[in-house]
Amino acid sequence: MAGINRNAAQILATIVGNKRVGQYHQILIGVGELVSQCRPGNFVAISVGGSSSKMILRRAFAISRITTSAKFGGTIELIVAPHGGGSSWLCGLPEGEQIDITLPLGTAFGIPTTSVNALLVGGGYGSAPLFGLAEVLKERGCRVDMLLGASTGSKIYAPLEGKRSVNSLRIFTEDGSMGETGRITTPIPQLLSELRIDVIYSCGPMAMLKAISDILVDGDVVHQCAVEEAMACGIGICMTCVLPVKNEAGKISNLRSCVDGPVMDGAAIEWDLVGKTVIL
Amino acid sequence: MSQLDFSTTLGSAWFPSPIFTASGCASSGKELAQFFDLRDMGAVVTKSIMTKPRAGRPTPRMAETPSGMLNSIGLQGPGIDAFLANDIPWLVEQRARIIVSIAGETAEEFASLARRLRGVAGISAIEVNISCPNVENRGQVFACQLDSAQSVIEGVRRTIGGDLPIIAKLSPDVTDIVSIARGVVDAGADALALINTVLGMVINPNTMRPHLGGRTGGLSGPAIRPIAVRAIYQVHDALPKIPILGMGGVSSGADAFELILAGASGVSVGTASFGNPTAIMKIQAELKQILSNKGFKSLREAIGFAHRPESSVR
Repeated sequence: MAGINRNAAQILATIVGNKRVGQYHQILIGVGELVSQCRPGNFVAISVGGSSSKMILRRAFAISRITTSAKFGGTIELIVAPHGGGSSWLCGLPEGEQIDITLPLGTAFGIPTTSVNALLVGGGYGSAPLFGLAEVLKERGCRVDMLLGASTGSKIYAPLEGKRSVNSLRIFTEDGSMGETGRITTPIPQLLSELRIDVIYSCGPMAMLKAISDILVDGDVVHQCAVEEAMACGIGICMTCVLPVKNEAGKISNLRSCVDGPVMDGAAIEWDLVGKTVIL
Repeated sequence: MSQLDFSTTLGSAWFPSPIFTASGCASSGKELAQFFDLRDMGAVVTKSIMTKPRAGRPTPRMAETPSGMLNSIGLQGPGIDAFLANDIPWLVEQRARIIVSIAGETAEEFASLARRLRGVAGISAIEVNISCPNVENRGQVFACQLDSAQSVIEGVRRTIGGDLPIIAKLSPDVTDIVSIARGVVDAGADALALINTVLGMVINPNTMRPHLGGRTGGLSGPAIRPIAVRAIYQVHDALPKIPILGMGGVSSGADAFELILAGASGVSVGTASFGNPTAIMKIQAELKQILSNKGFKSLREAIGFAHRPESSVR
Protein backbone atom coordinates (compact mmCIF):
# COMPACT_ATOMS: atom_id res chain seq x y z
CA MET A 1 0.00 0.00 0.00
CA ALA A 2 1.24 3.43 -0.89
CA GLY A 3 -0.17 5.04 2.26
CA ILE A 4 -0.03 8.68 1.29
CA ASN A 5 0.72 10.86 -1.71
CA ARG A 6 4.20 11.87 -0.61
CA ASN A 7 4.91 14.35 -3.36
CA ALA A 8 1.55 16.11 -3.25
CA ALA A 9 1.31 19.85 -2.72
CA GLN A 10 -1.58 22.30 -2.72
CA ILE A 11 -0.84 25.40 -4.81
CA LEU A 12 -2.50 28.29 -6.60
CA ALA A 13 -1.70 27.76 -10.27
CA THR A 14 -2.37 29.81 -13.38
CA ILE A 15 -4.31 28.63 -16.42
CA VAL A 16 -1.91 29.30 -19.29
CA GLY A 17 -4.03 27.77 -22.03
CA ASN A 18 -7.65 26.75 -22.56
CA LYS A 19 -8.52 25.60 -26.05
CA ARG A 20 -11.76 23.95 -27.12
CA VAL A 21 -11.10 20.94 -29.31
CA GLY A 22 -14.32 19.29 -30.50
CA GLN A 23 -16.33 18.28 -27.44
CA TYR A 24 -13.53 18.65 -24.93
CA HIS A 25 -11.13 21.32 -23.68
CA GLN A 26 -7.37 21.12 -23.65
CA ILE A 27 -6.36 23.04 -20.52
CA LEU A 28 -2.75 23.95 -19.74
CA ILE A 29 -1.82 24.84 -16.16
CA GLY A 30 1.45 26.36 -15.01
CA VAL A 31 2.62 24.40 -11.97
CA GLY A 32 6.31 25.31 -11.92
CA GLU A 33 8.77 22.95 -10.28
CA LEU A 34 6.05 20.45 -9.39
CA VAL A 35 6.17 19.07 -12.96
CA SER A 36 9.34 17.25 -12.00
CA GLN A 37 7.21 15.15 -9.59
CA CYS A 38 4.44 14.40 -12.13
CA ARG A 39 4.36 11.06 -13.99
CA PRO A 40 1.95 9.56 -16.54
CA GLY A 41 -0.94 8.09 -14.55
CA ASN A 42 -0.90 10.72 -11.79
CA PHE A 43 -3.93 12.93 -11.34
CA VAL A 44 -4.78 16.35 -9.89
CA ALA A 45 -7.67 17.61 -7.73
CA ILE A 46 -9.05 21.06 -8.45
CA SER A 47 -11.33 23.24 -6.34
CA VAL A 48 -14.23 24.37 -8.53
CA GLY A 49 -16.89 27.06 -8.64
CA GLY A 50 -15.17 29.86 -6.74
CA SER A 51 -15.40 30.80 -3.07
CA SER A 52 -19.22 30.84 -2.86
CA SER A 53 -19.64 27.56 -4.75
CA LYS A 54 -22.20 24.99 -3.60
CA MET A 55 -19.81 22.39 -5.07
CA ILE A 56 -17.74 21.58 -2.00
CA LEU A 57 -15.61 18.74 -3.37
CA ARG A 58 -12.59 18.88 -5.65
CA ARG A 59 -12.74 17.47 -9.14
CA ALA A 60 -10.14 14.89 -10.13
CA PHE A 61 -8.53 14.89 -13.59
CA ALA A 62 -5.78 12.71 -15.00
CA ILE A 63 -2.66 14.53 -16.16
CA SER A 64 -2.50 13.91 -19.90
CA ARG A 65 0.87 15.45 -20.72
CA ILE A 66 3.74 17.14 -18.93
CA THR A 67 5.83 19.82 -20.62
CA THR A 68 8.30 22.53 -19.77
CA SER A 69 8.18 25.70 -21.82
CA ALA A 70 10.48 28.72 -21.76
CA LYS A 71 7.52 31.05 -21.33
CA PHE A 72 5.46 29.30 -18.64
CA GLY A 73 7.95 26.96 -16.94
CA GLY A 74 6.50 23.59 -16.00
CA THR A 75 3.01 22.96 -17.29
CA ILE A 76 0.57 20.08 -17.15
CA GLU A 77 -2.17 19.39 -19.68
CA LEU A 78 -5.66 18.21 -18.78
CA ILE A 79 -8.31 16.98 -21.22
CA VAL A 80 -11.66 18.01 -19.76
CA ALA A 81 -15.16 17.40 -21.11
CA PRO A 82 -17.69 19.91 -19.75
CA HIS A 83 -20.10 17.26 -18.44
CA GLY A 84 -21.19 18.52 -15.03
CA GLY A 85 -21.12 21.77 -13.07
CA GLY A 86 -17.50 21.48 -11.94
CA SER A 87 -15.94 20.52 -15.26
CA SER A 88 -18.04 23.16 -17.09
CA TRP A 89 -16.81 25.83 -14.66
CA LEU A 90 -13.21 24.79 -15.28
CA CYS A 91 -13.68 24.76 -19.07
CA GLY A 92 -15.09 28.29 -18.85
CA LEU A 93 -12.02 29.78 -17.17
CA PRO A 94 -10.00 32.22 -19.27
CA GLU A 95 -6.21 32.14 -19.53
CA GLY A 96 -4.57 33.99 -16.65
CA GLU A 97 -7.13 32.81 -14.08
CA GLN A 98 -5.81 31.16 -10.91
CA ILE A 99 -7.04 27.83 -9.59
CA ASP A 100 -6.51 25.97 -6.31
CA ILE A 101 -4.98 22.64 -7.31
CA THR A 102 -3.49 19.67 -5.43
CA LEU A 103 -0.92 17.55 -7.28
CA PRO A 104 0.53 15.14 -8.16
CA LEU A 105 -1.81 12.53 -6.71
CA GLY A 106 -1.95 8.76 -6.95
CA THR A 107 0.24 6.08 -8.43
CA ALA A 108 1.88 6.34 -11.86
CA PHE A 109 2.14 3.83 -14.69
CA GLY A 110 5.16 1.62 -14.15
CA ILE A 111 7.71 2.14 -16.91
CA PRO A 112 9.70 -0.95 -17.96
CA THR A 113 13.47 -0.77 -17.72
CA THR A 114 13.89 -2.70 -20.98
CA SER A 115 12.25 -2.27 -24.36
CA VAL A 116 9.01 -4.27 -24.33
CA ASN A 117 5.96 -4.48 -26.55
CA ALA A 118 3.22 -2.36 -25.04
CA LEU A 119 -0.45 -2.15 -26.00
CA LEU A 120 -2.23 1.00 -24.82
CA VAL A 121 -6.03 0.79 -24.58
CA GLY A 122 -8.13 3.89 -23.93
CA GLY A 123 -11.88 4.35 -23.60
CA GLY A 124 -13.43 7.76 -24.29
CA TYR A 125 -11.54 10.71 -22.85
CA GLY A 126 -9.88 8.19 -20.54
CA SER A 127 -7.35 7.83 -23.34
CA ALA A 128 -5.86 11.27 -22.59
CA PRO A 129 -2.99 10.17 -20.27
CA LEU A 130 -2.01 7.36 -22.67
CA PHE A 131 -0.42 9.81 -25.11
CA GLY A 132 1.97 11.19 -22.48
CA LEU A 133 2.70 7.60 -21.49
CA ALA A 134 3.34 6.63 -25.13
CA GLU A 135 6.03 9.31 -25.41
CA VAL A 136 7.81 7.98 -22.31
CA LEU A 137 7.60 4.37 -23.53
CA LYS A 138 8.93 5.36 -26.95
CA GLU A 139 11.93 7.02 -25.34
CA ARG A 140 12.60 3.69 -23.61
CA GLY A 141 12.64 1.99 -26.99
CA CYS A 142 9.35 0.18 -26.52
CA ARG A 143 7.05 -0.78 -29.35
CA VAL A 144 3.79 1.07 -28.64
CA ASP A 145 0.48 0.14 -30.26
CA MET A 146 -2.73 1.86 -29.32
CA LEU A 147 -6.44 1.09 -29.38
CA LEU A 148 -9.00 3.81 -28.73
CA GLY A 149 -12.71 3.23 -28.34
CA ALA A 150 -15.95 5.00 -27.49
CA SER A 151 -19.68 4.73 -28.09
CA THR A 152 -19.43 7.37 -30.81
CA GLY A 153 -16.76 9.26 -32.76
CA SER A 154 -17.20 12.58 -30.95
CA LYS A 155 -16.08 10.92 -27.71
CA ILE A 156 -12.76 9.77 -29.15
CA TYR A 157 -9.73 11.71 -27.99
CA ALA A 158 -6.90 11.29 -30.48
CA PRO A 159 -4.72 14.38 -30.97
CA LEU A 160 -2.71 14.50 -34.22
CA GLU A 161 0.61 15.02 -32.46
CA GLY A 162 -0.09 12.02 -30.21
CA LYS A 163 -0.16 9.69 -33.19
CA ARG A 164 3.54 10.34 -33.79
CA SER A 165 4.53 8.47 -30.66
CA VAL A 166 2.74 5.22 -31.49
CA ASN A 167 3.59 2.47 -33.98
CA SER A 168 -0.07 1.92 -34.80
CA LEU A 169 -3.41 3.36 -33.81
CA ARG A 170 -6.80 1.72 -34.31
CA ILE A 171 -10.08 3.37 -33.39
CA PHE A 172 -13.33 1.57 -32.58
CA THR A 173 -16.78 3.08 -32.15
CA GLU A 174 -19.90 1.16 -31.23
CA ASP A 175 -22.03 3.16 -33.70
CA GLY A 176 -19.41 3.03 -36.47
CA SER A 177 -19.23 6.82 -36.77
CA MET A 178 -15.41 6.70 -36.62
CA GLY A 179 -12.85 3.99 -37.34
CA GLU A 180 -13.92 0.37 -37.11
CA THR A 181 -17.34 -0.63 -35.83
CA GLY A 182 -17.43 -2.61 -32.61
CA ARG A 183 -15.95 -2.90 -29.17
CA ILE A 184 -12.37 -1.97 -28.37
CA THR A 185 -11.78 -5.26 -26.56
CA THR A 186 -12.65 -7.48 -29.56
CA PRO A 187 -9.23 -7.35 -31.31
CA ILE A 188 -7.16 -7.73 -28.11
CA PRO A 189 -6.83 -11.58 -28.00
CA GLN A 190 -5.49 -11.64 -31.57
CA LEU A 191 -3.15 -8.68 -31.02
CA LEU A 192 -1.60 -10.31 -27.94
CA SER A 193 0.03 -13.02 -30.06
CA GLU A 194 0.40 -11.04 -33.28
CA LEU A 195 2.37 -8.22 -31.62
CA ARG A 196 3.80 -10.39 -28.81
CA ILE A 197 2.47 -7.97 -26.22
CA ASP A 198 4.25 -7.93 -22.84
CA VAL A 199 2.17 -5.30 -21.09
CA ILE A 200 -1.20 -3.62 -21.51
CA TYR A 201 -1.72 -0.11 -20.17
CA SER A 202 -5.37 0.86 -20.00
CA CYS A 203 -7.61 3.63 -18.83
CA GLY A 204 -11.29 4.25 -19.30
CA PRO A 205 -14.59 2.95 -17.93
CA MET A 206 -14.47 0.20 -15.31
CA ALA A 207 -16.40 -2.24 -17.54
CA MET A 208 -13.66 -1.94 -20.17
CA LEU A 209 -10.89 -2.47 -17.60
CA LYS A 210 -12.66 -5.56 -16.28
CA ALA A 211 -13.13 -6.95 -19.81
CA ILE A 212 -9.39 -6.58 -20.48
CA SER A 213 -8.54 -8.30 -17.18
CA ASP A 214 -10.87 -11.16 -18.12
CA ILE A 215 -9.05 -11.60 -21.46
CA LEU A 216 -5.66 -11.68 -19.69
CA VAL A 217 -6.66 -14.00 -16.87
CA ASP A 218 -4.75 -17.07 -18.07
CA GLY A 219 -1.70 -15.42 -19.61
CA ASP A 220 1.37 -13.68 -18.27
CA VAL A 221 0.71 -10.30 -19.89
CA VAL A 222 0.94 -7.54 -17.28
CA HIS A 223 -2.12 -5.30 -17.02
CA GLN A 224 -1.61 -1.83 -15.57
CA CYS A 225 -4.98 -0.12 -15.47
CA ALA A 226 -5.94 3.35 -14.28
CA VAL A 227 -9.27 3.00 -12.48
CA GLU A 228 -12.12 5.48 -12.24
CA GLU A 229 -13.90 5.53 -8.89
CA ALA A 230 -15.88 8.45 -7.43
CA MET A 231 -13.79 10.26 -4.82
CA ALA A 232 -14.40 13.15 -2.46
CA CYS A 233 -10.90 14.18 -1.38
CA GLY A 234 -8.19 12.68 -3.65
CA ILE A 235 -5.70 12.58 -0.77
CA GLY A 236 -6.73 9.45 1.13
CA ILE A 237 -8.89 10.71 3.99
CA CYS A 238 -12.49 10.19 2.82
CA MET A 239 -12.40 6.42 2.13
CA THR A 240 -15.03 6.67 -0.63
CA CYS A 241 -12.96 5.61 -3.68
CA VAL A 242 -12.12 2.09 -2.53
CA LEU A 243 -11.72 -1.04 -4.67
CA PRO A 244 -11.38 -4.67 -3.54
CA VAL A 245 -7.77 -5.74 -4.17
CA LYS A 246 -6.06 -9.04 -3.39
CA ASN A 247 -2.54 -8.91 -1.98
CA GLU A 248 0.25 -11.45 -2.55
CA ALA A 249 -0.95 -13.51 0.41
CA GLY A 250 -4.40 -13.76 -1.19
CA LYS A 251 -6.05 -11.44 1.32
CA ILE A 252 -8.70 -9.06 -0.07
CA SER A 253 -9.06 -5.55 1.27
CA ASN A 254 -10.65 -2.31 0.12
CA LEU A 255 -7.84 -0.03 -1.10
CA ARG A 256 -8.20 3.66 -1.88
CA SER A 257 -7.87 4.36 -5.59
CA CYS A 258 -6.50 7.86 -4.82
CA VAL A 259 -3.35 6.66 -3.03
CA ASP A 260 -3.06 2.94 -3.89
CA GLY A 261 -4.30 3.81 -7.42
CA PRO A 262 -5.42 5.05 -9.85
CA VAL A 263 -2.88 2.79 -11.58
CA MET A 264 -3.34 -0.71 -10.22
CA ASP A 265 -2.44 -4.25 -11.24
CA GLY A 266 -5.52 -5.40 -13.15
CA ALA A 267 -4.89 -8.99 -12.02
CA ALA A 268 -5.05 -7.99 -8.34
CA ILE A 269 -8.41 -6.22 -8.53
CA GLU A 270 -11.34 -8.43 -7.56
CA TRP A 271 -13.57 -7.20 -10.35
CA ASP A 272 -16.55 -9.34 -9.38
CA LEU A 273 -16.52 -7.78 -5.90
CA VAL A 274 -16.56 -4.15 -7.11
CA GLY A 275 -19.73 -2.60 -5.69
CA LYS A 276 -20.27 -5.58 -3.39
CA THR A 277 -19.75 -6.04 0.34
CA VAL A 278 -16.28 -7.41 1.06
CA ILE A 279 -16.11 -9.93 3.89
CA LEU A 280 -12.76 -9.84 5.68
CA MET B 1 -3.73 39.18 18.59
CA SER B 2 -0.78 37.81 20.53
CA GLN B 3 -2.68 38.29 23.79
CA LEU B 4 -5.54 36.02 22.79
CA ASP B 5 -5.80 32.88 24.92
CA PHE B 6 -6.82 30.37 22.26
CA SER B 7 -6.71 27.29 24.51
CA THR B 8 -9.67 25.13 25.46
CA THR B 9 -10.57 22.15 27.60
CA LEU B 10 -12.78 19.11 27.14
CA GLY B 11 -13.25 17.64 30.60
CA SER B 12 -9.77 17.36 32.10
CA ALA B 13 -8.03 17.50 28.71
CA TRP B 14 -6.34 20.77 27.71
CA PHE B 15 -5.69 21.81 24.12
CA PRO B 16 -3.78 24.85 22.82
CA SER B 17 -6.32 25.34 20.01
CA PRO B 18 -10.06 24.64 19.77
CA ILE B 19 -9.80 23.34 16.19
CA PHE B 20 -9.77 19.55 15.73
CA THR B 21 -10.19 17.06 12.93
CA ALA B 22 -13.57 15.33 12.80
CA SER B 23 -13.61 11.59 13.26
CA GLY B 24 -13.70 9.74 9.95
CA CYS B 25 -12.45 12.74 8.00
CA ALA B 26 -8.73 12.53 8.61
CA SER B 27 -8.03 8.82 8.94
CA SER B 28 -5.25 8.76 11.57
CA GLY B 29 -3.59 12.00 10.53
CA LYS B 30 -0.86 10.80 8.14
CA GLU B 31 -2.52 12.13 4.99
CA LEU B 32 -3.06 15.65 6.34
CA ALA B 33 0.41 15.76 7.90
CA GLN B 34 1.95 16.27 4.47
CA PHE B 35 0.05 19.58 4.22
CA PHE B 36 0.56 21.00 7.73
CA ASP B 37 2.09 20.19 11.11
CA LEU B 38 -0.44 18.25 13.21
CA ARG B 39 0.92 19.91 16.37
CA ASP B 40 -0.43 23.24 15.13
CA MET B 41 -4.04 22.18 15.73
CA GLY B 42 -6.02 21.19 18.82
CA ALA B 43 -6.01 17.43 18.33
CA VAL B 44 -6.41 14.69 15.78
CA VAL B 45 -9.68 12.86 16.35
CA THR B 46 -9.03 9.47 14.75
CA LYS B 47 -11.37 7.53 12.51
CA SER B 48 -13.67 5.43 14.71
CA ILE B 49 -11.85 2.22 15.48
CA MET B 50 -13.52 -1.14 16.03
CA THR B 51 -12.25 -4.43 17.46
CA LYS B 52 -11.74 -6.23 14.16
CA PRO B 53 -10.58 -5.05 10.73
CA ARG B 54 -13.60 -3.96 8.74
CA ALA B 55 -14.03 -3.59 4.96
CA GLY B 56 -16.98 -1.20 5.16
CA ARG B 57 -19.87 -0.76 2.79
CA PRO B 58 -19.94 -1.36 -0.98
CA THR B 59 -19.30 1.42 -3.49
CA PRO B 60 -20.59 3.89 -4.56
CA ARG B 61 -19.92 5.40 -1.16
CA MET B 62 -20.27 9.05 -2.03
CA ALA B 63 -22.71 11.50 -3.57
CA GLU B 64 -22.15 15.23 -3.73
CA THR B 65 -25.25 17.27 -2.91
CA PRO B 66 -25.78 21.05 -2.93
CA SER B 67 -23.32 22.42 -0.32
CA GLY B 68 -22.87 18.95 1.08
CA MET B 69 -22.20 15.31 0.47
CA LEU B 70 -23.51 11.91 1.49
CA ASN B 71 -21.06 9.26 2.60
CA SER B 72 -21.66 5.60 3.19
CA ILE B 73 -18.32 4.24 4.38
CA GLY B 74 -19.54 1.95 7.13
CA LEU B 75 -16.58 2.25 9.50
CA GLN B 76 -13.89 0.72 7.27
CA GLY B 77 -10.77 0.37 9.37
CA PRO B 78 -7.81 -1.76 10.43
CA GLY B 79 -9.12 -2.90 13.82
CA ILE B 80 -7.77 -2.03 17.27
CA ASP B 81 -4.64 -4.25 17.13
CA ALA B 82 -3.22 -2.67 13.97
CA PHE B 83 -4.36 0.75 15.14
CA LEU B 84 -2.44 0.47 18.43
CA ALA B 85 0.59 -1.03 16.67
CA ASN B 86 0.81 1.53 13.85
CA ASP B 87 -1.33 4.63 14.15
CA ILE B 88 -0.93 5.62 17.80
CA PRO B 89 2.91 5.30 17.85
CA TRP B 90 3.07 7.39 14.66
CA LEU B 91 0.84 10.12 16.11
CA VAL B 92 2.83 10.11 19.36
CA GLU B 93 6.03 10.45 17.36
CA GLN B 94 4.56 13.50 15.61
CA ARG B 95 3.76 14.90 19.06
CA ALA B 96 0.18 15.41 17.95
CA ARG B 97 -2.53 15.49 20.59
CA ILE B 98 -4.82 12.52 20.13
CA ILE B 99 -8.49 11.83 20.70
CA VAL B 100 -9.28 8.21 19.86
CA SER B 101 -12.75 7.55 18.50
CA ILE B 102 -14.19 4.09 19.16
CA ALA B 103 -17.20 2.30 17.68
CA GLY B 104 -18.76 -1.03 18.56
CA GLU B 105 -21.66 -3.25 17.58
CA THR B 106 -22.55 -3.88 21.21
CA ALA B 107 -22.09 -2.08 24.52
CA GLU B 108 -19.61 -4.84 25.44
CA GLU B 109 -17.48 -4.12 22.36
CA PHE B 110 -17.26 -0.44 23.33
CA ALA B 111 -16.16 -1.43 26.84
CA SER B 112 -13.54 -3.86 25.59
CA LEU B 113 -12.15 -1.21 23.21
CA ALA B 114 -11.95 1.20 26.14
CA ARG B 115 -10.05 -1.47 28.07
CA ARG B 116 -7.49 -1.69 25.25
CA LEU B 117 -6.99 2.08 25.34
CA ARG B 118 -6.69 2.39 29.10
CA GLY B 119 -3.07 2.98 29.89
CA VAL B 120 -2.01 3.76 26.32
CA ALA B 121 0.28 6.78 26.62
CA GLY B 122 -0.35 9.90 24.59
CA ILE B 123 -4.16 9.85 24.38
CA SER B 124 -5.97 13.01 25.54
CA ALA B 125 -9.55 11.74 25.43
CA ILE B 126 -11.84 9.05 24.01
CA GLU B 127 -14.70 9.83 21.67
CA VAL B 128 -17.42 7.23 21.93
CA ASN B 129 -19.11 7.12 18.54
CA ILE B 130 -22.60 5.88 19.32
CA SER B 131 -24.13 7.67 16.34
CA CYS B 132 -22.63 6.36 13.08
CA PRO B 133 -25.59 6.22 10.69
CA ASN B 134 -23.90 3.81 8.27
CA VAL B 135 -24.80 0.53 9.94
CA GLU B 136 -27.21 -2.12 8.68
CA ASN B 137 -29.27 -2.16 11.83
CA ARG B 138 -30.70 1.13 13.12
CA GLY B 139 -30.67 -0.49 16.56
CA GLN B 140 -26.89 -0.07 16.44
CA VAL B 141 -27.29 3.70 16.34
CA PHE B 142 -27.14 3.66 20.12
CA ALA B 143 -27.53 7.45 20.33
CA CYS B 144 -31.09 7.20 18.98
CA GLN B 145 -32.33 5.55 22.18
CA LEU B 146 -31.75 6.78 25.67
CA ASP B 147 -31.26 3.42 27.37
CA SER B 148 -28.86 1.99 24.79
CA ALA B 149 -26.88 5.25 24.69
CA GLN B 150 -26.56 5.18 28.46
CA SER B 151 -25.55 1.52 28.65
CA VAL B 152 -22.64 2.13 26.23
CA ILE B 153 -21.38 5.18 28.12
CA GLU B 154 -21.76 3.45 31.51
CA GLY B 155 -19.73 0.50 30.29
CA VAL B 156 -16.95 2.68 28.91
CA ARG B 157 -16.91 4.81 32.08
CA ARG B 158 -16.66 1.76 34.29
CA THR B 159 -13.82 0.34 32.23
CA ILE B 160 -11.78 3.47 31.73
CA GLY B 161 -11.93 4.75 35.30
CA GLY B 162 -11.67 8.44 36.03
CA ASP B 163 -8.53 9.37 34.10
CA LEU B 164 -9.47 9.86 30.46
CA PRO B 165 -12.30 12.20 29.51
CA ILE B 166 -15.12 10.50 27.61
CA ILE B 167 -16.75 12.41 24.77
CA ALA B 168 -20.09 10.95 23.66
CA LYS B 169 -20.85 11.62 19.99
CA LEU B 170 -24.55 12.15 19.40
CA SER B 171 -26.86 12.02 16.39
CA PRO B 172 -29.13 14.90 15.37
CA ASP B 173 -31.63 12.30 14.09
CA VAL B 174 -33.62 12.17 17.33
CA THR B 175 -36.77 13.81 18.58
CA ASP B 176 -35.15 15.40 21.62
CA ILE B 177 -31.36 15.65 21.63
CA VAL B 178 -31.34 17.34 25.03
CA SER B 179 -32.78 14.28 26.77
CA ILE B 180 -30.17 12.02 25.13
CA ALA B 181 -27.42 14.49 26.08
CA ARG B 182 -28.60 14.61 29.68
CA GLY B 183 -28.81 10.82 29.78
CA VAL B 184 -25.24 10.18 28.60
CA VAL B 185 -23.88 12.83 30.96
CA ASP B 186 -25.69 11.08 33.82
CA ALA B 187 -24.11 7.82 32.59
CA GLY B 188 -20.62 9.29 32.90
CA ALA B 189 -19.78 11.29 29.75
CA ASP B 190 -17.51 14.27 30.44
CA ALA B 191 -18.20 16.00 27.15
CA LEU B 192 -20.42 15.74 24.08
CA ALA B 193 -19.59 15.71 20.38
CA LEU B 194 -22.39 17.33 18.37
CA ILE B 195 -23.32 16.42 15.65
CA ASN B 196 -22.74 13.26 13.64
CA THR B 197 -23.96 13.27 10.03
CA VAL B 198 -27.65 13.45 9.22
CA LEU B 199 -29.19 10.35 7.63
CA GLY B 200 -30.00 11.04 3.99
CA MET B 201 -30.50 9.45 0.59
CA VAL B 202 -29.98 10.21 -3.09
CA ILE B 203 -31.81 8.39 -5.88
CA ASN B 204 -30.08 8.33 -9.27
CA PRO B 205 -32.53 9.55 -11.94
CA ASN B 206 -30.78 7.47 -14.63
CA THR B 207 -30.84 4.12 -12.86
CA MET B 208 -33.94 5.12 -10.86
CA ARG B 209 -32.44 3.35 -7.84
CA PRO B 210 -30.67 4.56 -4.66
CA HIS B 211 -27.28 5.91 -5.70
CA LEU B 212 -25.23 4.72 -2.71
CA GLY B 213 -24.21 1.08 -2.34
CA GLY B 214 -25.46 1.24 1.24
CA ARG B 215 -28.66 2.98 -0.01
CA THR B 216 -28.66 5.56 2.80
CA GLY B 217 -25.73 7.72 3.87
CA GLY B 218 -24.67 10.46 6.25
CA LEU B 219 -25.11 14.04 5.06
CA SER B 220 -22.29 16.44 5.93
CA GLY B 221 -20.96 19.79 4.79
CA PRO B 222 -22.28 23.37 5.01
CA ALA B 223 -25.82 22.11 4.29
CA ILE B 224 -26.10 20.73 7.85
CA ARG B 225 -24.45 23.61 9.72
CA PRO B 226 -27.72 25.18 10.94
CA ILE B 227 -28.71 21.79 12.38
CA ALA B 228 -25.40 21.64 14.26
CA VAL B 229 -25.81 25.20 15.55
CA ARG B 230 -29.33 24.41 16.75
CA ALA B 231 -28.30 21.16 18.48
CA ILE B 232 -25.32 22.79 20.21
CA TYR B 233 -27.43 25.76 21.27
CA GLN B 234 -30.19 23.56 22.73
CA VAL B 235 -27.79 21.29 24.61
CA HIS B 236 -25.61 24.14 25.93
CA ASP B 237 -28.77 25.88 27.12
CA ALA B 238 -29.82 22.82 29.11
CA LEU B 239 -26.33 21.70 30.25
CA PRO B 240 -24.16 24.84 30.32
CA LYS B 241 -21.35 23.18 32.30
CA ILE B 242 -20.83 20.27 29.88
CA PRO B 243 -18.17 20.99 27.26
CA ILE B 244 -19.25 20.43 23.66
CA LEU B 245 -17.02 19.49 20.73
CA GLY B 246 -19.07 21.05 17.94
CA MET B 247 -19.05 19.98 14.30
CA GLY B 248 -21.19 20.11 11.20
CA GLY B 249 -20.33 21.93 7.98
CA VAL B 250 -17.64 24.23 9.34
CA SER B 251 -15.51 25.54 6.48
CA SER B 252 -14.48 29.03 7.65
CA GLY B 253 -13.43 30.82 10.81
CA ALA B 254 -16.85 32.50 10.88
CA ASP B 255 -18.54 29.09 10.83
CA ALA B 256 -16.38 27.88 13.73
CA PHE B 257 -17.17 31.12 15.60
CA GLU B 258 -20.90 30.47 15.11
CA LEU B 259 -20.63 27.03 16.77
CA ILE B 260 -18.60 28.51 19.64
CA LEU B 261 -21.20 31.25 20.19
CA ALA B 262 -23.84 28.48 20.32
CA GLY B 263 -21.88 26.78 23.10
CA ALA B 264 -19.06 24.69 21.60
CA SER B 265 -15.73 24.58 23.49
CA GLY B 266 -14.02 23.06 20.48
CA VAL B 267 -14.81 22.70 16.80
CA SER B 268 -14.07 19.71 14.56
CA VAL B 269 -13.49 20.18 10.85
CA GLY B 270 -14.46 17.25 8.65
CA THR B 271 -15.84 17.54 5.14
CA ALA B 272 -14.07 20.88 4.58
CA SER B 273 -10.75 19.00 4.59
CA PHE B 274 -11.96 16.92 1.62
CA GLY B 275 -12.34 20.07 -0.47
CA ASN B 276 -9.29 21.80 0.97
CA PRO B 277 -6.48 19.85 2.66
CA THR B 278 -5.36 22.98 4.53
CA ALA B 279 -8.89 23.96 5.65
CA ILE B 280 -8.02 23.35 9.31
CA MET B 281 -5.13 25.85 9.24
CA LYS B 282 -7.25 28.42 7.37
CA ILE B 283 -10.18 28.07 9.78
CA GLN B 284 -7.89 28.32 12.80
CA ALA B 285 -6.24 31.51 11.56
CA GLU B 286 -9.58 33.10 10.63
CA LEU B 287 -11.11 32.22 14.00
CA LYS B 288 -8.20 33.84 15.88
CA GLN B 289 -8.67 36.98 13.82
CA ILE B 290 -12.44 37.11 14.44
CA LEU B 291 -12.06 36.61 18.20
CA SER B 292 -9.49 39.42 18.35
CA ASN B 293 -11.59 41.71 16.17
CA LYS B 294 -14.58 41.17 18.46
CA GLY B 295 -12.45 42.11 21.46
CA PHE B 296 -12.33 38.71 23.15
CA LYS B 297 -9.27 38.14 25.32
CA SER B 298 -9.82 34.40 25.35
CA LEU B 299 -11.69 31.74 23.43
CA ARG B 300 -13.41 30.77 26.69
CA GLU B 301 -15.19 34.15 26.90
CA ALA B 302 -16.85 33.47 23.54
CA ILE B 303 -18.17 29.98 24.35
CA GLY B 304 -21.97 30.17 24.52
CA PHE B 305 -21.96 33.94 24.05
CA ALA B 306 -25.18 33.76 22.00
CA HIS B 307 -27.03 32.69 25.15
CA ARG B 308 -26.29 35.93 26.99
CA PRO B 309 -28.92 38.63 27.23
CA GLU B 310 -28.89 41.46 24.66
CA SER B 311 -27.46 43.92 27.19
CA SER B 312 -24.18 42.03 27.24
CA VAL B 313 -23.56 42.54 23.50
CA ARG B 314 -20.08 43.86 22.85
